[in-house]
Amino acid sequence: MRTPLFEAHLVAGGRMVDFAGWEMPVQYSGILDEHQAVRESSGVFDVSHMGEFFVSGAWGAAWLDSLLTNNVASLDRGHACYSLMLNERGGVIDDLIVCRLGGEEFLLVVNASMIAEDAGWMKARLREGVVFENRSADFAALAVQGPAAGEIFGALFGRAMPAERNRVLEIGEDFVVTTGYTGEKGFEWIMPSAEATESWRRVLEAGAKPCGLGARDTLRLEMGYPLNGSDLSPDQTPLEAGLGIFVDFTKPSFVGKEALVAQKASGVPRRLCALKVMEKSPPMRPHYPVFLDGARVAETTSGAYSPSLGCGIAMACLPVEFARPGQEAAIEVRGKKFRACVHKKPLYQKAT
Amino acid sequence: MNVPGNLRYAESHEWIRVEGDTGTVGITEHAQAELTDIVFAEPPAVGKSLKAGEVAAVVESVKAASDIYSPVSGEVVERNTAIEIAPALLNTDPFGEGWIFKIRLSNPSEIESLKDPAAYKAQIGE
Repeated sequence: MRTPLFEAHLVAGGRMVDFAGWEMPVQYSGILDEHQAVRESSGVFDVSHMGEFFVSGAWGAAWLDSLLTNNVASLDRGHACYSLMLNERGGVIDDLIVCRLGGEEFLLVVNASMIAEDAGWMKARLREGVVFENRSADFAALAVQGPAAGEIFGALFGRAMPAERNRVLEIGEDFVVTTGYTGEKGFEWIMPSAEATESWRRVLEAGAKPCGLGARDTLRLEMGYPLNGSDLSPDQTPLEAGLGIFVDFTKPSFVGKEALVAQKASGVPRRLCALKVMEKSPPMRPHYPVFLDGARVAETTSGAYSPSLGCGIAMACLPVEFARPGQEAAIEVRGKKFRACVHKKPLYQKAT
Repeated sequence: MNVPGNLRYAESHEWIRVEGDTGTVGITEHAQAELTDIVFAEPPAVGKSLKAGEVAAVVESVKAASDIYSPVSGEVVERNTAIEIAPALLNTDPFGEGWIFKIRLSNPSEIESLKDPAAYKAQIGE
């Protein structure tokens, strides 16, 4: 599959790779250069492959609250929140952004790889008084990220970018949400597909550097943000993933709640941790063995070279008794072990 | 892409410059461009005996690890420690400071089976 920006990526020098069935740019000028642009000025990512679901109707909020972990009913209009959607076992189906629009309407932004599965899961649980529409094919989206994102926002929309994160603006047929996956200031601009090329051109003209999936991965990993399919799975609860703050246990019920309550009572056995390599090493990758006290206990779920820190970084799900900052571990690469340390998230923090 | 005329090339994108019984080995400009930002390099140990086509070194970009093959058989006599400290030399100066190792050739006739610059240019579509 291709986004409406496929041709624009080729023009910009994008190196195209397969991502969940989509032909997406992994990089343009280079991952290190793009990563630095987002940390120091601004970059733009094509996120048109992500899914857009619309939910409306009198029971829309209540229905979403029965399917999602976070509290949708208490979300103010024009605000967004991060949430998980769980299976009955409490495992993560997907992580997503819920935007409360004007009226009784919600926009959900879901992972590209999960559009069909999420839509199927939700439709199977539809009830009266709820309208669900999967409009992923109708929309393109750009993520503009970096300390200079506010200037780009001003150039595009002729007004100041909201300073607060998770704000939702409806501008004509477009939605602009101050969210992102990089740890930097910025916004995600969701627009009808036909506007994508012109919007891309305007964002580049305003000074953002085209950035690919490679930089997106190193940026999110430095923040310790999980990637569904790598760090999150249907066999792992949000408590294990360290995402308990996005679960509202005060809600009377939601799919997976009973399993989470039971796990809380019996103790969470393991937790997804961020790891920083403490010596010179090859870049970390997913599925490298992780050792604690000489015993193999896990494998990395994500891994990279951190351009901002200049060292290897990774995530791994460790037994809970070791899941604390400062815990020493070792990660094995091609038969050689490298010293690593469990680190508080985010792994990278801007000097202020 | 630069393809210097005084080198021989392996199909797997390594170059070798032979002086006497010793060859200096690195990767081509085309290879570094394909690999993108190189952030880790592990040249072979001095004294290591290699056969032509055998894995000699590993270089890693942000995205992927790649094996580097020895274009000839012989014994490693020198390794470029500069690329361990500054792996980006493989990107910025692949035919110069970004060399990977030096090898004493055990079978100098193997050089004849490597590509000349024209054949390598044809391979990479130049």
